[in-house]
Amino acid sequence: MSDIESEQNLAEVKSEELLFDPSLKKKKKKKKAVNFEDEIGDDENQVENGDKSAPAEDNEEEVKAEDDDISIFADMKKKKKKKKETADKEKPEEEAPEPSEFGDLPTKRKKKKKTDMLEFEKQLKEGEESENRQDDDIFVGEGEQDIKETKVEETWLNSDRDYTYQELLGRVFQILRQNNPELAGEKKRYTIVPPSVHREGNKKTIFANVADICKRMHRQPEHVIQFLFTELGTSGSIDGSQRLVIKGRFQQKQIENVLRRYIVEYVTCKTCKSPDTILTKENRIFFQQCESCGSTRSVSAIKSGFKAQTEKRRRQAAQ
Amino acid sequence: MSEIQNLQTYDPFADTGEEDAGQPQGYIHIRIQQRNGRKTLTTVQGLPSEYDQKKLLKAFKKEFACNGTLVQDEELGQIIQLQGDQRLKVQNFLGDNGIDRNIIKIHGF
Repeated sequence: MSDIESEQNLAEVKSEELLFDPSLKKKKKKKKAVNFEDEIGDDENQVENGDKSAPAEDNEEEVKAEDDDISIFADMKKKKKKKKETADKEKPEEEAPEPSEFGDLPTKRKKKKKTDMLEFEKQLKEGEESENRQDDDIFVGEGEQDIKETKVEETWLNSDRDYTYQELLGRVFQILRQNNPELAGEKKRYTIVPPSVHREGNKKTIFANVADICKRMHRQPEHVIQFLFTELGTSGSIDGSQRLVIKGRFQQKQIENVLRRYIVEYVTCKTCKSPDTILTKENRIFFQQCESCGSTRSVSAIKSGFKAQTEKRRRQAAQ
Repeated sequence: MSEIQNLQTYDPFADTGEEDAGQPQGYIHIRIQQRNGRKTLTTVQGLPSEYDQKKLLKAFKKEFACNGTLVQDEELGQIIQLQGDQRLKVQNFLGDNGIDRNIIKIHGF
C-alpha cells in the first residue's frame, strides 16, 4: 500500500516537474527517493547493527537544518515560486525558435540574453528551490513513513517475527509526536523579513529595513553593510532614517541573495545549523559563537578584492 | 547506496568540510561590477599561476564572445576583466577544464 502511494506521489511529482525544469529537479527528487527506499531496504540489515540510531537521526536533522536554512525568507517563497513558474513557462517558447531563426540577429540575441538570465536565476535559486522542494519532500516522506509504520506495526503484532529497528524508531517518533510534539523536532523556523528595496532616482537603490534585519540576525549593521558593499562591488551610505543607500541598481532578489549568503557564512552555526549566534571580535579576528550549542569558530574577514576602474573621471583624477 | 548505512562512520568532531582544504588562499574569485546603465564587468581574480593568463583570456573572449583585458594589480597580481556578466560561464569553463569547483567563489548578486 505504502509503496503504491509513494509511487503515486513520485509520479505526481514527476509530472509536476516536467512542467518546469526536468533536468535540475528530477535529479534532486531521485536522490531523495532512493534514499528513502534505501532506508526501507536496509531495515533488515539494520537490525543486526548496534548503533542504529545515530545515522537515522542524522538524516532527519540534516534535512531539518537544510529546510531551516531555506526558510529564511519564508514570506517570499510563494512569490518566488510563482515568478519562477511563469519564467519557466516562457522559456520553452523562447528556446524553441532559436535554432531555426539565424536570420534576424537582433531578436535572437535578445532572446538569448533572456534565456541566459533565466538560467542564471534558476541556478542562483536552485538551492532555495530545492529547499522548497525539500519542504515538500519532507512532508511527503513523513506522511509515507507514518502510514507505513502504522501498517507495519500491525503486521509485526500479528506475526511472530522480530520488529525491525526502523519500525521501532517510527514507533518512538509516533509516540513522541503524540505525547509531546515540541520534542519531536519541527524546530521553529528562522525567518527574516524580506528586504524592502526600492530605487531612488536612476542610479541609487534604497534598502530600507537594514536595521531591522540586522537586529533580527543579531549582527552589527556595519558588518552587514560592509559585506553587502563588497559583494555588490559598490559603495553607499546610511541616510537620516537608518536606510541604506546603495549606489547602482539592484533588485530585491539580488539583495536577498547576498543576504542569504551572508546568513550562511556569518549567521548560521556550522555545527548545529542554528541561527542563534553572536559575532565577537578578538585580536582583529571575528569569532562566531553559537548560543544553542556553544561552539565557536572563526569566520573569514570580509575582503573586498579587486575593484576595476569603472569611471573614467576617477582615473583622470588619480593621475 | 547498497551498503548498510549504519556502517558508514560519522565523525561528529570532524571539520565541517568547507574552507582550509589545503589551500588557505587558493580561491578563485569571480566578481561582478556594475557600470553605467545595465552594463557590467566581470573580474576573475586569483587564477593559479600555472595557467597562462593571456591564453586563458583569449579562450574566454572566444568562448563567451566578449571583450576583455588583463589587468595588473600590485597586490592581487593579474586579473582578467571581461565585459558583461560572465560569472557563470567562467565558472563552468574553469570547472570543465579541470579546476576544482570548490575553490571557485562567485560574488555579487
